[in-house]
Amino acid sequence: MTFPAAGQTLPELALPITAGAIVAGAIATNDFENVHHDKAAAQATGVPDIFMNILTTNGFVQRYVSDWCGTQARIAGIAIRLGAPNFVGDTMTLTGEVASVEGDRATVSVRGRNSIGDHVTATVTLDYGSAR
Amino acid sequence: MSALLEQAREWVGKPANKPATARDAVNLPMIRRWCEAMGETNPVYTDEAAARAAGHPGIVAPPAMLDVWAMPPYRPGGRTSEEDMPVLALFDQAGYTGVVATNVEQHYNRYLTLGDVVTSTPTVADVSDEKRTGLGIGHFVTLAYDFTVDGEPVGRMTFRVLKFKPNLKQPEPQAAPAAGAESFPHPRPAITHDNAFFWEGLNNRKLLFQSFGGRLRHPPGPMDPVTGSLDFDIVEASGRGTIHSFVVMHQPRMPGFDYPLPVVLVELEEGVRIVANMIDASPEDVAIGRAVTADFVEVEPGYVLPAFRLA
Repeated sequence: MTFPAAGQTLPELALPITAGAIVAGAIATNDFENVHHDKAAAQATGVPDIFMNILTTNGFVQRYVSDWCGTQARIAGIAIRLGAPNFVGDTMTLTGEVASVEGDRATVSVRGRNSIGDHVTATVTLDYGSAR
Repeated sequence: MSALLEQAREWVGKPANKPATARDAVNLPMIRRWCEAMGETNPVYTDEAAARAAGHPGIVAPPAMLDVWAMPPYRPGGRTSEEDMPVLALFDQAGYTGVVATNVEQHYNRYLTLGDVVTSTPTVADVSDEKRTGLGIGHFVTLAYDFTVDGEPVGRMTFRVLKFKPNLKQPEPQAAPAAGAESFPHPRPAITHDNAFFWEGLNNRKLLFQSFGGRLRHPPGPMDPVTGSLDFDIVEASGRGTIHSFVVMHQPRMPGFDYPLPVVLVELEEGVRIVANMIDASPEDVAIGRAVTADFVEVEPGYVLPAFRLA
């Protein structure tokens, strides 16, 4: 088993933000708020297009870290903060770094940037003790 | 503290809504669809043997799906009033119709396995003071969720949303003038929830003011500076008044204005004062105490400013 070290970086991942990606994520997370699938409804709130829901962002953050840590670690927690929305046509680039390692636990800082700014800043807590 | 904030804060510490129990147990089809949407390829979520090899009792759900299981169903026309949270509905009724989720923090006690039936119990944890954000003014409402399976705590979540009044439409900016142009666009006002009525009134050729129990106020503000009241009526001025003070602008010359430019502070007969330009008057005609009447100048298409002329 390879145990992470603080400062280790995760490979970058670029995700195209298509209408399909937004709608597939909204349905998969059971989030039927109309701003995540109905362009006219989104525009009525003053934004240019439909945008990604927070549960999909949460899912992408889990997937990004999971791609890297595989089945060796259990995910103990995810904390995310949203900034610039992910609108149709944008690309979100995820980067990550091991922020700390303490005992069996490691925390990974994740950042997802789009053309407007930081869409998400996140901390994922991994537990390497429970997977044996 | 506003009455709205006081009402909203009465909810802190109380259930935000009735507990919701998932209609479907944790199941492979929903997991598969979620993994496909996220591009999640870790086999412990879809393959029994891989899950066991990784030390799980069988297929497990992606932990980030914690709050997906007990979400309300799709309904044409949106959620029912029972599914809406009363603390958020308070803000809707007060004009804070926008909603955007800003933070999610999840802690997992264990991974969910196929067959688990999740119950979600939300509590109102916090209501912030009014904040000015890029989307508009609003309040952050923090909800704390407990997730259980047959009474066993399986995870927790803190969920924060911003309930906001969408920013108002602003005047279209004019295209930048070509180099050496003779005419320039006028400066644009910032339209806020407090002054929108004033600018709408001008577009209808009306001079409107806030009246706090009969005491007029200009420029518009959110609150009566004397009593602190947030409640005001809007009244129309006759437009008749006298010059209380004035200046004649010569320099600096701002693009979009004609010089020399008499600018007057007019005391209207209702008792409120307003600053505006004089029109059809030469600087020597302007004097303190002279009677004037209001007029309206469409300086650019759809952009009306008040002005005064000699009575």
